[in-house]
Amino acid sequence: MSVIKVSDLTYTYLGSEKPTLKEISLVIEKGEFVVLTGPSGCGKTTFCRCFNGLIPHFYGGDLKGNVIVSGLMVHDHSTSELSQHVGFVFQNPENQLFALSVEKDVAFGLENLGLQRDEIRSRVEWALEMTGIEHLRENAPYELSGGQQQRVAIASVLAMQPEVIVLDEPTSFLDPLAAKKIFEVVSRLNTQLKITIILVEHRLDLAVRYANRVIIMDNGQIVLSGHPREVFNLEKARLIGVGIPKAIRLFQLLREDGIELTHVPVTPDETAQLIREVLKP
Amino acid sequence: MIKVEAIHFTYPTGVEAIRGVTIQIEDGEFVTIMGENGAGKTTLVKHFNGLLKPTHGHVEVDGIDTRNASVAELSRKVGLVFQNSDHQLFSETAEEEIAFGLRNFGFDAQTISKRVEWALNLLDLVEYRKSSPFMLSGGERKRLALASVLAWDPQIIVLDEPTIGQDYQQKEKLREFITQLIAQKRTVIVVTHDVEFVAECRPRVILMSRGEVVADGPATRILTDYETVTKVSLLPPQVTQIFLRLSDLNLPSNIIDIYEARRLLSARILKAGLR
Amino acid sequence: MRVFEGLKFKRASTPIHRLDPRVKFLISCIIFITAVLFNELLPLLVLFLAQLPLILVARVHREWIQSLKGASIFAVMIFVMNLVVGYMSPTSSYTISFSLAMAVRFLVLIASFSSFFLTTSPDDLGLALEESRIPYEFCFAFTTAVRFVPVLANEAQTIVDAQRSRGLELEKGNFMRRVRNYIPILIPLIVSAIRRSLELAEAMESRSFGAKKTRTSLYSLRMKSIDYFVAILTFALFFFAVYVRMVVAIPRIEIFIP
Repeated sequence: MSVIKVSDLTYTYLGSEKPTLKEISLVIEKGEFVVLTGPSGCGKTTFCRCFNGLIPHFYGGDLKGNVIVSGLMVHDHSTSELSQHVGFVFQNPENQLFALSVEKDVAFGLENLGLQRDEIRSRVEWALEMTGIEHLRENAPYELSGGQQQRVAIASVLAMQPEVIVLDEPTSFLDPLAAKKIFEVVSRLNTQLKITIILVEHRLDLAVRYANRVIIMDNGQIVLSGHPREVFNLEKARLIGVGIPKAIRLFQLLREDGIELTHVPVTPDETAQLIREVLKP
Repeated sequence: MIKVEAIHFTYPTGVEAIRGVTIQIEDGEFVTIMGENGAGKTTLVKHFNGLLKPTHGHVEVDGIDTRNASVAELSRKVGLVFQNSDHQLFSETAEEEIAFGLRNFGFDAQTISKRVEWALNLLDLVEYRKSSPFMLSGGERKRLALASVLAWDPQIIVLDEPTIGQDYQQKEKLREFITQLIAQKRTVIVVTHDVEFVAECRPRVILMSRGEVVADGPATRILTDYETVTKVSLLPPQVTQIFLRLSDLNLPSNIIDIYEARRLLSARILKAGLR
Repeated sequence: MRVFEGLKFKRASTPIHRLDPRVKFLISCIIFITAVLFNELLPLLVLFLAQLPLILVARVHREWIQSLKGASIFAVMIFVMNLVVGYMSPTSSYTISFSLAMAVRFLVLIASFSSFFLTTSPDDLGLALEESRIPYEFCFAFTTAVRFVPVLANEAQTIVDAQRSRGLELEKGNFMRRVRNYIPILIPLIVSAIRRSLELAEAMESRSFGAKKTRTSLYSLRMKSIDYFVAILTFALFFFAVYVRMVVAIPRIEIFIP
């Protein structure tokens, strides 16, 4: 069952002459974990904002084609409504936390929706638990590390129980271990709760192991789409200029030297295992 | 040369950000300072141009004690490029932006226009010379901030988290650029948590945690020490992780570079006749 | 800027902190009104000293003194101005003790609101505003502003650092030059604030801000019996003060210069 359906999407920002997105068509099934990547300026940030109505409602501009999310036409529904189906986690942790305590922040969206207090309370508890931050509930945002702040942002979005969560470079400001924790939390939401994930990232080394689909954009269009093992192994991916995960790059380099590992690895562990098999058959 | 002698630094709020650091950076060195967010890396480099003066101990830059020099004097030698270029940009045109620092340091009009030309060319910004900084893309703004610092030709360049938000190609260009700066015999200090970026540059690595230096040495030694690296909230480079898993097979454990990895593995596999 | 230290919430768990914010606000207002009722030095001094036990129980004495230190310069100005006016018009009753009383009144006002802000978390403040039927947009603007004050302060510092690292010398030059030197500080600050507002707005939209006219809330303020007790006590003291004002002749502390 497709949770996002995009047909012939072309979008031009207000005041811009050229379209940022050009005739994109895409279907995303429920439960997928999609990594969306591409060189700076390829349109991935613009594209993901089409899923919760920020485009066209917040940004204006000219949206041609159709975007249907959870059965709703983005054209016809407000961001308010769409946000109940598609949650959005932004790049800068600081600028998406409004309240003075973690609890209140996680409750923010639910309060906006006018839910009853016990419903809010139970959802907040659940969201804090799923993201592993129950012990931080009374802390103020400035008392938290970047990684903790991002987990609060994820919890706030999760509390609204969306079918899809979009994350726009959520680990940019985080150190590698904190980034890894974020990906683990997000992966858990995908595997345990079957939430569809769309993760926009440059840090592919850490992210691709969780994905079952990679979409590479360039110049406003989708150029490649498929399983990470296939997509990153293509010469085209390298030519576009994305950072091929090192595990896959090593596979390619060894193959150039005439050494064929049994399949394309996506993690260092896998790569080590495959090399071991060759060295000690 | 930068000499840091047993410095402590406590912020006015009472937070002790640096708790006893002693390091020396020679001319022409390429050093990366790494560690978890909040380890004190940015606090440390702010001592290099006098923005912060240590509460104990002292810092010497080319023999001058930073407590006896102004930020302007020290910045002439130590160019600090901040993480967020938007915190610097304010001029009407890119040219003006680059000229700002030059004017502050008292260069004459002729030299200023020459240096502006040079900086624009160096960072590939000539076509934007009359553009407003705010109209440039994120990557272009970062380049402009860098150009405006390089314009006055500081001997020591400090880059604070230059790779955040950059895509693969932009990081490649940055890496090449740093190589150029080193070739020009400048001292380059990069504060970063991007392990992969550092692995491909192979600099000297200083690891910091909670205001102290926990490790200092060549990248091949420091980044391959799994325990220490994870303690400062970093991960070893992907290639290192692969080799750590294969350490029982008589393969070296200090590999961080993918091309070296490939050479070693190919040699071993082909030599053993295993294909 | 030390006076601002006295307006920042200090986290602690004291009986004063635990009082309902509306009651604390009431106390501050009553002190304010009472201070305006009296022109005489003695009752104003009493009003000032009466706050001390509250400050001590709340364990915020250090910060409270900081805010008074910061305000003292204004208090001195008020004292001097009143004295000058009194000197220049000998027919009026502006004496030293009156001028002193005016200065003390000013300090009483600062003290009462300082103790309010020191013992009331911005969270509770926001809640109090919400429950006072003030439109949610204003309450939200208030709490968000409070939330971002430390962030903006940090950013301002970073911008100053970044520009100083390019040779900008803020302390040098004549007045005009110094004013112009702030342009490289102000512009990035403003641009940054605008960018931040945009990002915040995006995030708010993405959490259905404004979805329903009637918003619910995770927490609500509930008055406990102690809150009622303190409120009633405060009113009682106020009525007593009014009684004193209207009926009792207040002993004057006159300080004459021969």
